[in-house]
Amino acid sequence: MNSVFSLARLGALLIKEFIQMRRDRITFAMMLGVPLLQLVLFGFAINNDPKGLPTALVAMSNDQYTRAMVSALQVTGYYHFDHVTESAEEAEFLMARGDVSFVVTIPADFASRVERGDNPQILIEADATDPSAASGAISTLSTVASQALLRAQGMQAAAAENARQQLQVVVHHRYNPEGVSQYNIVPGLLGVILQMTMVMMTAMALTRETERGTMENLLAMPSSPAEIMLGKVLPFLVVGAVQVAVVLVAAKLLFDIPFVGSLTLLLSSVLVFVLSLVLLGYTISTMARSQMQAMQLTFFFFLPSLLLSGFMFPYRGMPGWAQALGEIFPLTHFLRITRAVMLKGADFHAIATEIGWLAVFVLVFAGTALLRFRRTLD
Amino acid sequence: MNAIDVHGLVKRFGDKTVVDHVTMSVAEGEIVGFLGPNGSGKTTTIRIMCGLLTPDEGEGTVLGFNIRTDTLSIKREVGYMTQKFSFYEDLTIGENLEFVARLYQLKPVEEYVARTLEELGLTTRRNQLAGTLSGGWKQRLALAACIMHKPKLLLLDEPTAGVDPKARREFWDEIHRLASGGLTVLVSTHYMDEAERCHRISYISYGKMLATGTVEEVVKNAGLTTFVVQGPRMAKVAEELQGRPGVDQVAPFGATLHVVGSDRRKLEAALADVEKEHEGVTVAPGETSLEDVFIQFMSGSKDNMA
Repeated sequence: MNSVFSLARLGALLIKEFIQMRRDRITFAMMLGVPLLQLVLFGFAINNDPKGLPTALVAMSNDQYTRAMVSALQVTGYYHFDHVTESAEEAEFLMARGDVSFVVTIPADFASRVERGDNPQILIEADATDPSAASGAISTLSTVASQALLRAQGMQAAAAENARQQLQVVVHHRYNPEGVSQYNIVPGLLGVILQMTMVMMTAMALTRETERGTMENLLAMPSSPAEIMLGKVLPFLVVGAVQVAVVLVAAKLLFDIPFVGSLTLLLSSVLVFVLSLVLLGYTISTMARSQMQAMQLTFFFFLPSLLLSGFMFPYRGMPGWAQALGEIFPLTHFLRITRAVMLKGADFHAIATEIGWLAVFVLVFAGTALLRFRRTLD
Repeated sequence: MNAIDVHGLVKRFGDKTVVDHVTMSVAEGEIVGFLGPNGSGKTTTIRIMCGLLTPDEGEGTVLGFNIRTDTLSIKREVGYMTQKFSFYEDLTIGENLEFVARLYQLKPVEEYVARTLEELGLTTRRNQLAGTLSGGWKQRLALAACIMHKPKLLLLDEPTAGVDPKARREFWDEIHRLASGGLTVLVSTHYMDEAERCHRISYISYGKMLATGTVEEVVKNAGLTTFVVQGPRMAKVAEELQGRPGVDQVAPFGATLHVVGSDRRKLEAALADVEKEHEGVTVAPGETSLEDVFIQFMSGSKDNMA
C-alpha cells in the first residue's frame, strides 16, 4: 500500500512524542518557562543606556557654583551622587571596588576661577571597563555643565557662547582609555566559559551514574556522600585550571588585554568561583533524574545569569529587582572580581566583599548537595 | 548467630506495599534461594538487607549489624551483586577491579587485583573495556568484584539472568565452593534448577513470604498431587481437563500432560472421567515438582502491580 509515507504511521509517532513530552515535567516547564523568562528579562530588566549611575563627588568647597554643577548633573538622570568626599584617594578606592561608576572632582579654586573668568575646570572620571555603560552619561556632559554654570552666573542665553568656551569639562576614561569593548568582554568571558563547562559537566556527574545503573553499586560499597561529592567535583577543578590558563594566555596574545592586577589574587578568586560552580552543578545533579534533565536545568540557570550578571548588558542599567536577582549568581560577583583585578589592579581589600559572596555560594551549594544526596535508593 | 535475621520488614512505594511483613533468617554458611515472580519484592528485600533502602517497618540484623543504623558496617562486610551489570563499562576490567579494591581499602591493591584476575582467568584481558564483555563474562567479573573484599555475606540478585547454561553451572559451582569456605549466600532466581541447588529456599509473592524450607519441605508442605496423562489428541484432553473441579494446573510436557491439583480425590475423579471418555488415554501418578508448587502459589496470590 502506501509504503513511502503514511499519515497513520506519522500519527503514531506524533502521539508517542506528545505523551513523552507530557511525561517529562521539566521539559514541559522549560518550554513555557524559558520564553517567559526571556521576555521578562529582555523586556524589563535590560537597558543599554543606564541611568542613575552611582557617582562620587570630590568637592573641596561648598559654594553656589559647585552646588549648581552637582544638581545639573543629577538632573540629567545619569548621575546619582551617593558618595561625597574631600579625599581623592577615597574616591579612587570606591571606583576600584566598582562602588561608583563616576568620580566628579570639582577643584577648590572652581568658584574663584568662574568669577575671574579664568578657564574653570571640572574633572569627570568614568569607569570605562564597560565603555558602553558610561557613554550616554558622558555624551550629555559638556552641554549640561555649561548651561548650569551660566544659570548660576545669572547670565543670559545670549552670552552663553562666550561662557561655554570658558568651562572645561575634562573626561578621563579610566582603566580603558580607548574604550575598547574587548577589555570588558574578554575578562568576562573567563567567567562565562568557566560557568558553562563547570556547571554542565558536574551536573551530569550523578545522573550519569544513575542512568547507567552504576549508582546502585556505588552506594552498596563503602563510600560516604562527602567522598562521592568531592570525588565528583574535584577533577573538574583541574579542567577549570586548564581553561583559565587558555583564556588568560589568549587574552594576552589575541586581544592584548591589559593585566594590571595580581595574578595570584585572580587565581585565588578563580578557585573559589570554580568551586562554587562545580558544587552548583553537583547540586543540580542531585535533583535531575536524567542527564537530559540535568542539561535543561543547567540552561535554565545559564540564561538569566548571562543576562543579569552584567556580562552582556550593563548591570547598573537594570532596575533594582533585577540587580537584586543578579546578586544570586556567582558569575555576577566573579565578573566584578576579574574586571577589577585585571583592568583596575584592585587589591584583595577592594574585592573582599565579592570573594565573600562566592564563599557563601560554596557553603550553600555544598550544604544543599549533601542534604539532597540520597545515601539510599529510597 | 544468623547471618541474616530480619522480621516484619515492610516497604511501601507510594500506596503500593512492595514488601509486606517479610521475616527471614539465614544461618551462617547457608545458601538460600530467594524465589518469586517478577515484581514480587525480591530486589527490594535484598536492597533493604544491604542498606540501600530503609524499611518503613520492621527490624533486623545482617551479620549482627542493625539494618537501620549500621549500614556502613554492613556495606563493608557484605558483597552485593546487582541485577543489572553495574560496573563501569568505559573502564577496563583491571581498572574496575582496582576501583573496587581501593574503595574497600584493600592493600596492596595490585596484589588483590592480580589474584582476582587470575582466578577469573581474565589476566590476559585485563586491559579490555568491561563494556565489551559478553553477558557471561560480565557476570563473572561482577561476582569477582563482589567477593574481592572477602565478604561474610553475599547477596546476589538474579545473577544468572541471560547467562548460558554452561556459565550458569560454573557460577553455581563457584557459589558452592565459596559457601564451603564459610560464606553465606542469599541468591534470588527464577530458575528451578538453581533453586534445587540451594540448601534452603524462600518463596515470596507480591511482597509476602509464602513458603520457606528445603526444596523437599516446600514441595511436601504444598500438599499437591500430580498425575501424568498420556495418549492421543492431548490438546483436546487438555482443553477438557481445564476448569474441571479438582484440576488446578494442566501443562503439556512434550507428548504428555502434567496435571496438578490440591484436592487429591476431586483430581482423581476428574481424571477417571477423562480416561473413560477418551480411548487410549492413560493416567499415571507423577511427581510434583518445585515448579508446580510455584505456579500454584502464583495463581493463588493476587497481583498488586496494577
